[in-house]
Amino acid sequence: MNDVAPDRVQRQVEVVAALRAVLPKHALLWRGEDTGPYECDGLTAYRALPLVVALPENEEQVAAVLKACHRLDVPVVARGAGTGLSGGALPHTLGVTLSLAKFNRILKVDPLARTATVQCGVRNLAISEAAAPHGLYYAPDPSSQIACTIGGNVAENSGGVHCLKYGLTLHNVLRVRGYTADGEPVEFGGEALDAPGLDLLALVIGSEGMLAVATEVTVRLVPKPLVARCIMASFDDVRSAGDAVANIIAEGIIPAGLEMMDKPMTAAVEGFVHAGYDLDAAAILLCESDGTPEEVEEEIGRMLDVLAGSGASRMEVSRDEMQRLRFWSGRKNAFPASGRISPDYMCMDSTIPRKRLAEMLEAIVEMEAKYGLRCVNVFHAGDGNLHPLILFDANVPDELHRAELFGAEILEKSVALGGTVTGEHGVGVEKLGSMCVQFSPEELEQMRTLKAAFDPKGLLNPGKVIPTLVRCAEGGKMHVKKGLLPFPELERF
Amino acid sequence: MAAPMDPALARLVDGVQTARAVKGTLDIRGGGTKAFYGETARGEPLDVQELSGISCYEPSELVVTVRAGTPLAELEAVVAEKGQCLPFEPPRFAPGGTVGGMVAAGLAGPARPTAGTVRDYVLGVTLLSGRAEVLTFGGQVMKNVAGYDVSRVLAGSLGMLGVLCEVSLKVLPLPAATATLRFEMAQPAALRTLNEWAGQPLPLTGSAWWDGMLVVRLAGARAAVKAAATRLGGEAIEPALAATFWAGLRDHLDEFFVGAKKAAQGAAALWRVSLPQTAPPLTLSGEQLVEWGGAQRWLATSTPAAAVREAAQRLGGHATLFYSSDRSIPVFTPLAPPLATIHERLKNAFDPDRVFNAGRMFPKL
Repeated sequence: MNDVAPDRVQRQVEVVAALRAVLPKHALLWRGEDTGPYECDGLTAYRALPLVVALPENEEQVAAVLKACHRLDVPVVARGAGTGLSGGALPHTLGVTLSLAKFNRILKVDPLARTATVQCGVRNLAISEAAAPHGLYYAPDPSSQIACTIGGNVAENSGGVHCLKYGLTLHNVLRVRGYTADGEPVEFGGEALDAPGLDLLALVIGSEGMLAVATEVTVRLVPKPLVARCIMASFDDVRSAGDAVANIIAEGIIPAGLEMMDKPMTAAVEGFVHAGYDLDAAAILLCESDGTPEEVEEEIGRMLDVLAGSGASRMEVSRDEMQRLRFWSGRKNAFPASGRISPDYMCMDSTIPRKRLAEMLEAIVEMEAKYGLRCVNVFHAGDGNLHPLILFDANVPDELHRAELFGAEILEKSVALGGTVTGEHGVGVEKLGSMCVQFSPEELEQMRTLKAAFDPKGLLNPGKVIPTLVRCAEGGKMHVKKGLLPFPELERF
Repeated sequence: MAAPMDPALARLVDGVQTARAVKGTLDIRGGGTKAFYGETARGEPLDVQELSGISCYEPSELVVTVRAGTPLAELEAVVAEKGQCLPFEPPRFAPGGTVGGMVAAGLAGPARPTAGTVRDYVLGVTLLSGRAEVLTFGGQVMKNVAGYDVSRVLAGSLGMLGVLCEVSLKVLPLPAATATLRFEMAQPAALRTLNEWAGQPLPLTGSAWWDGMLVVRLAGARAAVKAAATRLGGEAIEPALAATFWAGLRDHLDEFFVGAKKAAQGAAALWRVSLPQTAPPLTLSGEQLVEWGGAQRWLATSTPAAAVREAAQRLGGHATLFYSSDRSIPVFTPLAPPLATIHERLKNAFDPDRVFNAGRMFPKL
């Protein structure tokens, strides 16, 4: 056990003494029974007890904690609601977990400027709730939006089911205020649409807490669409459903949401939410349109034509808001429904070019046989982001191991198809091995020097995102080369 | 194992290796249409125009992968043929600009407040770094959080981190309908009106106020544009005339910019003042044209630089010197200490021997 290692105990005494000088007594936890709740985030397969948990209540305390840790060379892992799915907030056993849970105030909603300035621990959905009286909302809506914080969204560049039309966190954040690794205040972006110098805001968003600690975020708010309607379409085979997705886009339509579920997933969620899904369909598409009533009517009509032309076997348009939400209820509950049909599941998150969807699904069917495990699939089909859920039972010897191999093969296949190992969940610790597949040693080294430009001592969330070259060599992963190819006239991948 | 490198790329790699070896500096060049933008270029020209051609375009993927030396006009024509566009309307200024130059300059046109800017559409890049390494970041898909988002920070980097070789961009369908409306209005009323409209579900995609006249553009679904035009009223501008107006605004060929450029040959200068959209009118002397729903104010003035910068900062923004005959004035607002340090370290991280575009963004970088 780490707890009894003498050097760790001594280190803990030292760090607690330093932080006691800058934090109130109740804002500091270090006993095992108190730090236990922080041992993992949404990726529960990885756990570690932090040396100390610090819960600062204001920015001065954040700065003081960072300064103390910088002086003592202690790693710092910032943490929001802990809903992340890749282990980005996994504690460092010799580090401080910096919980920003107390930074939960909405500082300002400016309806004329259509912005909200909030502390980093404010929940995603709380922003939209505060903006609602003004007919505005914050567009990115990750499935965990009732719990996840804006600080975590900034760290992961979170998406959601509407990001094809409304963009990711990156496209909806104007300004991030925070602190550098040595405790100096810093501001990325601003209230204007651009800031002088390099666009560091774009770099900080999605950096998984490795470049700076965010404490305050200014987001853009957008007018709430007057109406939203959703089409639920069934397909007899997955390939036609995949083609229908491409055909909608080719028609010049950008739907507000475009999601797909395969047959096993549909069966799992139907048993959970009873939404009336077509259980005979090989795949179901949910296509949403939003805007003014005229706009929505026009777009729904065009989408119905495309879906019918692509071979949809059944189509239903939501009549009212209640029915629209019922259509979505299954999709939004894909994860808990999977938990209901299997003791454990592993959620993958790769993105591939849309046209490769059917090919990917066929490959997954082969992998199911190869690894002797089932896999159910939900996709953000509009942007090619897949969430295959590999079902397994951790109590059966070898199943976790096989699930991990299964997952790694899905990611390798995704890169080979021209995609990426993570679309929205982040690398964290979970996909460190897969980063070796996607990036060359030189590219990883460039990321390492980039981090050092913000954090020369390497204290912010060390060990995440960028694998060591040793790890890549030991994993025996072959780097799949992409990018500028020698023969551009040849079709790629 | 490694495939032979593209000959045009191999020549660029050679160029960088040589410059490194002799401790020389390179001035990365495309079509030269934005040579006026930023601080004066120094070093040997490194021409990337040979690295040209569209590598991959899948309209149904909404993604185009294109080599940096490709003419911007060629890219725009190819995607327009499929009913798509670069929604951020990059300024062209003059014929001959390249896609690499567009990304490196990071400038956007009238649609900026609603459509976003260059970086919002950059999905991936292949970069030739100061170590003469060919590196790829990002990819060809919409959602990608694998590793740091290096490709987006290259948008607007003015070549200070390396040579852009190839870039993947998101494209979008051209709007089905557009309409342009004109209103007589003083600046304070125009600013208030624009912000109020932007908070409503209207398909507003462009705005310009100059000399007591507010012009707005609606674009999107036919039904939505028609309904909004009826609701807002104003005087409808004939489509061909409107198209010329928006293009002139985008490329700085409109009457205001022609006048401002002429004035900048003398004692005046044209400033791009970037402000929060709700900031009150600038009270400095000179001519003003307001774009981006109030977020971009063009100011042609002979007011001293310090006063312009001070006014911009007081209102929560910053000022960039766009056209001026006085090269001693810093083009960009100098950075505060923590950001300046990060910039310097980032420059060293990508270009340790300081090969690329020395001093183009900030004198010491």
